[in-house]
Amino acid sequence: MSEVFRIAIVGSGPSGLSAAAHAAAKGISHVLLEKTDHLSDTIFRYQKGKHVMATPAQLVLRSDCEFGAGKREQVLAQWNADAAKAGVNVRYKAEAKAISGSKGDFTITLAKGDPIRAETVILAIGTQGNPNLLRCEGGNLPHVQYQLDDPAEYIDEHIFVLGGGDAGIENALGLAADAAQGNNVTLVDRNADFARAKEANVKALFAARDAGRMTILQETTTTLVEPGWITVETPQGAARHKCDRIIARMGSAPPRAFVEAASVAFTSEARDAFPQLSPSFESTTPGVYVIGALAGYPLIKHCMNQGYDVIEFLNGNTALKPADEPILAAKFAGLPGRRSVDEWLETFRTQVVILQDLSPLQMRELMLDSDVHAYAPGEVIFTRNDPGSSMFGIAEGSVLVEVGANATVPIEQGSIFGEVGLISGRRRGATIRAAGPTVAIELSRNAALKLMATVPAAARAVNRIAIERQLLQMFGSGLTREDVAELVEQAEVQDKRAGEVVITEGADDKDIYVIRRGSMIVEKDIGGRQVFLSYLPAGSYFGEMAVIDGSKRTATVKAAIKSEVVRLPGDAFTALLEKKPKLREKALADMAGRRKVNQFIEDRKDSFGGAVDMYSETAQFLVDNGIGEATDVLLIDETLCVGCDNCEKACADSHDGLSRLDREAGKTYAHLHVPTSCRHCEHPHCMADCPPNAIKRGPDGEVFIDDTCIGCGNCQRNCPYGVIRMDAKPPKKPPLLTWLLFGAGPGPGEASYSWRKKAAEKEGKEVGKFAIKCDMCSGIEGGPACVRACPTGAAIRVGPEKFLTFTKLAEDAD
Amino acid sequence: MASAGGREFELHERRRDSDHESFLVHRRMRWFKIALAVSLIAILGYALADVKPRPNGGSWYGYTLGTIGALLIGWLSLLGVRKRAMTPGRWSLKAWTSAHVYLGLALIVIATLHTGFQFGWNVHTLAFALMILVIASGVYGIVVYAMLPTALSNNRREMTRREMVEALAAIDRQLEQAAQPLGREEADMVIAALEQDPFGYGVVTRLSGRCRDCRTEAAIAAFAGIASRSEAEERVRALLSRRMAQLQQIRRHMRLKAMLEVWLYVHVPATIALLGALTAHIVSVFYYW
Repeated sequence: MSEVFRIAIVGSGPSGLSAAAHAAAKGISHVLLEKTDHLSDTIFRYQKGKHVMATPAQLVLRSDCEFGAGKREQVLAQWNADAAKAGVNVRYKAEAKAISGSKGDFTITLAKGDPIRAETVILAIGTQGNPNLLRCEGGNLPHVQYQLDDPAEYIDEHIFVLGGGDAGIENALGLAADAAQGNNVTLVDRNADFARAKEANVKALFAARDAGRMTILQETTTTLVEPGWITVETPQGAARHKCDRIIARMGSAPPRAFVEAASVAFTSEARDAFPQLSPSFESTTPGVYVIGALAGYPLIKHCMNQGYDVIEFLNGNTALKPADEPILAAKFAGLPGRRSVDEWLETFRTQVVILQDLSPLQMRELMLDSDVHAYAPGEVIFTRNDPGSSMFGIAEGSVLVEVGANATVPIEQGSIFGEVGLISGRRRGATIRAAGPTVAIELSRNAALKLMATVPAAARAVNRIAIERQLLQMFGSGLTREDVAELVEQAEVQDKRAGEVVITEGADDKDIYVIRRGSMIVEKDIGGRQVFLSYLPAGSYFGEMAVIDGSKRTATVKAAIKSEVVRLPGDAFTALLEKKPKLREKALADMAGRRKVNQFIEDRKDSFGGAVDMYSETAQFLVDNGIGEATDVLLIDETLCVGCDNCEKACADSHDGLSRLDREAGKTYAHLHVPTSCRHCEHPHCMADCPPNAIKRGPDGEVFIDDTCIGCGNCQRNCPYGVIRMDAKPPKKPPLLTWLLFGAGPGPGEASYSWRKKAAEKEGKEVGKFAIKCDMCSGIEGGPACVRACPTGAAIRVGPEKFLTFTKLAEDAD
Repeated sequence: MASAGGREFELHERRRDSDHESFLVHRRMRWFKIALAVSLIAILGYALADVKPRPNGGSWYGYTLGTIGALLIGWLSLLGVRKRAMTPGRWSLKAWTSAHVYLGLALIVIATLHTGFQFGWNVHTLAFALMILVIASGVYGIVVYAMLPTALSNNRREMTRREMVEALAAIDRQLEQAAQPLGREEADMVIAALEQDPFGYGVVTRLSGRCRDCRTEAAIAAFAGIASRSEAEERVRALLSRRMAQLQQIRRHMRLKAMLEVWLYVHVPATIALLGALTAHIVSVFYYW
């Protein structure tokens, strides 16, 4: 308890290591604390031979450690060498438990050993958190482990895997995969169903059990661990089993609690919020700095640069420009007036209302994911029906929204537009032009969502404007902002689970709802059966019938997928209708249209019951299989499909020799088959957690992955439909004619794995595995190859609005 | 974020709105109507054209029909290339198939009229006969394409080929374990069933879907004959019936797939032979002019 370090760095990942190396180079007294026995645990835990990417390419690396794209082993070896060369004072197996004290005199309590004292603390602990520990007696015995590196390592053991998430299931399957290993594998889960795990994993798990390769204990907890034995509490009572090894995969605790305990404040209560930081990475506790993924930068290069920068700042170099300065300068180069990067950042922050609460550091981060544009008067910013989920903020000038044939509505400086596309995930609702010379900032979908999650005031402002605009757009008819002000004031945004009922048939409530994201299905009880009436996409409203004619609810409306609705009180809507006869006319016309559809189906029911049942059930089947959130999905009519797999072959031949669809897999109802292939969701699950933001929506509405993919596999895990695969681009095949005439190469379609492997070895180039998925054949004239290549017309691509209708679906029922 | 997508949007919107219709009724049977018109015109021309001394491939009308027929045959045989060459462009294989089917059928009329109903034992009639063989196999193809996909889909029950094989392997693993306590004679029967390769059959067995010496079937019969079965025997019997059901699904799948594909083994080689005979026919006709 003698030495007081100038700097203590917690965590030896890219950012912490880079900071330590720079401190060592500068000769500053420091200590690097690492909880494991090796540097950079997150990268250490990548699977063997994984290709690590160095994106963004345009960002220069500023660090005393080298880093370039390469294999995991190379990267780690390089860092170990760099750390040794720089003379980093690293302390392994030093897990920080708590931080106390204040600037100039902090004490870091360790899990084991003497506490560390330091003048400043740099937190570089990432966002992975610590695995949840096995808390029962004996949980600390050496044969309890929290990770499985190589399932092939263990032979003839009784192994218990604890935890029914994907990690646990995948581990258990890996251990039981090769019967020759002779492992006796048991999976233990606390719950009755594997609700958190992917469906494919659960299916594989039960198949393995049925094949006699493993045992599954559900609703079971571990009560005692002894060397060679485990005792569990099952619903049938306690049981003691032979057990040589326990692999506990029971999730992990995010590091937030630990960070907050050091009185570091976060930007919001949101689960994915980041700590509040100054431009020099200082948190709300003076002397405590936060860098790396925990500061909101998930990419290795960013992290390493921050490690360098924070040491420079601490060393008194306050004039240091961040490494992203050249990137931002290049972004701002096209803007009018010769303003510096800092001046522009300040302009955006002060002018655009929703950005006012941001710190300069957050502004920089936001701008990395965003774009800026200067528009000439009259220039089109986006056109109606363009796909687009970015949101714009007007920094200078103003824009005009084209609402009708000749009518426009202005949006003033400081406000935003494009928020409907962001929230609903649907195409642009109107064309927007610059009114005068305009400078606007375009926040990518990810940047905008992150902003709303971390800055509550921004989220509130966006929500309010979005509701107002949606009402104006939906009802049209010359309404003004003042007209709907009262409605907006009383509006309430509600989340709805998939399947949750919003309106119940026969109920007496009188509210009106607007779908702002997701979609709804309308059902009616006809002769004791729930009959599917229609599908409502985001941007539509419902519940108006009961408001207008005071009747009971005539149908049930429930969420097709996880959705958000805006609830508007019926009284306020009635008041608006009374003021605005034109709106009343429009509402009555809409209502009459809906009545007609309902009546049409109800009439059919009596004369043609089978068709209505079939339609209803088919529609429900499609919604269950993700068509409700799709924008463009491949369906196969199995009354026409001869199983030639020409769709798969065409897909592979149009995309680097790898197919993005599996025709045979997937569910079928009434001969309508939903193959494993991308649905191009309105709110793509794959986009949720992509470190380099490589997943985007393209000009034809397709969701695609660009070449900045780092191959991390997050999107593959996040896709509920299993349509993303990780694979290496194979070498080119010999041309078709040489195959037709001389049999050279593997022929049309995806080459076999063995051919690809051999050909790749012959080429001798290392190719990483990247995420690949359907891009709707974007940029290929003629459109999707799967549909063009179907010889019988079985393959079709449809959108839910067009397809989930009686006329389309009842064709099959005849 | 310019509006480059505007034009494409219309295209995609039309595509998403299109009905799913089979190649047989593609575009309100456009190619059926065209083929029918072509055939009627050819018949009408045959009746009206005044060729001396009699209708013949060597008359002006015969040459016209012959040229049309030869060009058609050349184009029809290109479907195999079109199907495999995934070039960009606004073509659809369904439209090609539709045209292939109806124009191919129209060839019966065109080529028969071209012969002037003169047949003999020569290369000319050989070409005609081969063409009829190609068309006949194609007609079988149309029939199975129209009839069998539904049966294929029903039999699959959402399982892929690989899943079917894996399910069989899983049952086999359980059988192997369950058979351990059995006596020598019974165990041998189970082993014999497990050792029988479910795929090692000839064309006839695949097409009929019936396996004459199925050892699983034999084992089931033998187990059914045991008067009072022990617990192990009962379990093996149940597993054997599960194996049988799985085998039957695989056999039905293979049978349907074989029926959907077998005609191509006639259609394609006969087409190549036809192209050869056609070339010989054309060359000889001009050589001996």
